[in-house]
Amino acid sequence: MCLAIPGKVLSIDTQYDGRVRMARVSFGGIVKEASLEMVPHAKVGDYVLVHVGVAISVVDEEEAQRTFTYLREMGELDELREINDYLPDEKGNG
Amino acid sequence: MKFLSEYRDPEVVARYLERLRATVRHPWTIMEVCGGQTHSLVKNGILDMLPKEITMVHGPGCPVCVTPLELIDKAIWLAEEKGVILCSFGDMLRVPGSKKSLLEAKADGADIRILYSPLEAVRIAQENPEREVVFFAVGFETTAPANALSVVHARRMGLTNYSILVSHVLVPPAIEAIMDDPDTRVNAFLAAGHVCTIMGTHEYEPLAQRYKVPIVVTGFEPVDLMQGILMAVQQLEKGEARVEIQYTRMVRPEGNLNARKLIEEVFEPTDRWWRGIASIPQSGYRLRDEYAAWDAERKFAVDLPAAQEEASCIAGDIMKGIKKPHECPNFGTRCKPETPLGAPMVSSEGACAAYYHFSNLINEMDQVATE
Ligand code: SF4
Repeated sequence: MCLAIPGKVLSIDTQYDGRVRMARVSFGGIVKEASLEMVPHAKVGDYVLVHVGVAISVVDEEEAQRTFTYLREMGELDELREINDYLPDEKGNG
Repeated sequence: MKFLSEYRDPEVVARYLERLRATVRHPWTIMEVCGGQTHSLVKNGILDMLPKEITMVHGPGCPVCVTPLELIDKAIWLAEEKGVILCSFGDMLRVPGSKKSLLEAKADGADIRILYSPLEAVRIAQENPEREVVFFAVGFETTAPANALSVVHARRMGLTNYSILVSHVLVPPAIEAIMDDPDTRVNAFLAAGHVCTIMGTHEYEPLAQRYKVPIVVTGFEPVDLMQGILMAVQQLEKGEARVEIQYTRMVRPEGNLNARKLIEEVFEPTDRWWRGIASIPQSGYRLRDEYAAWDAERKFAVDLPAAQEEASCIAGDIMKGIKKPHECPNFGTRCKPETPLGAPMVSSEGACAAYYHFSNLINEMDQVATE
């Protein structure tokens, strides 16, 4: 019921007497209509998150990578911390 | 599919799992609020993978499951007695009302239509000016903009034969109700990514502080869920209780301001009865007075007798995270997806149905029974 999935905006046109921007959105080849009223800045080629016929977010493509770099960043942070533990502190007695 | 399948990569899941094992030291109970996440956790076998220190409990976040019996009866009454075209999302159809489900009413001849979007219902109203069209507007904050838009479209087009039967519920008051319950075991929450796509995180900061619980706004794919659980456990082990966003590709801290403005214009908060749980103050939306003409409850004076719930269904305890589905005596015996006694067995996002379909618990129970 709360399913919302990302799809690519193929084209944009207006409906409801020209007042509503509607997009044709492709979900891995399956094309559906979605209202762009909640994401007026969305453009052709963007990926939008669509829930029950309404686009509710434009996918942030940079942030989308973070889930994959998160572990590495975590690991690097830990290493830094561990190195810090071995380094002499400011007073020089470490 | 881009932005979907890469978050199902088993190798990435395994790396997160490894990290989680290295991080967890104490036993923790974490609740995922949203039924979509429950479904994904069970379907992808994540519950079986997690280190034994971590117990996931399943929250009340299935709007279909918490829609009161009375409203289902009202929807059926509108279709059968008032002859309206009743439109609904497919998930609502099999939920048992006090006498029958929408699906059974449809089989008996009522004009009930399954739609993908409330905007389609407006079109049906436009094409059938001589008929009344009612959309059964259930959902959390995620669905509120679409339901609100349908009313705004109807008003713009001057359609007087369209209205919505509203059963909207809100997540933050439900979190409060769960944490205020003296029996609660929840140490941290995975908040629902799509709800926060709309609302942002401002409502969750005071909750994290007041109840000293980490709240991690999380997506729905296996990698998202693993990362969300890891982020929650990292906070728990450090004794922190902050709001963090795992689902950054979709969620901004301020949410979607256009959507929030639209919701604010069309709806106002109201007390709501959560099926199987309780009445929770200010936990839902109703249409504002300016939109009364599109409110099915005000348009059709509905007066039905109070409905009786199945007494032996423990859905309330399950949705508060106090019990698990297999602790219900009816689970898999009297209560199955084909013959549900309670709503969590109906919707695929209900905890009982998720366990029934995907978990090997049934087999284990059968083995125990025959041993
Ligand atoms: S198994 Fe059936 S009866 Fe038991 S709590 Fe779940 S829905 Fe209710």
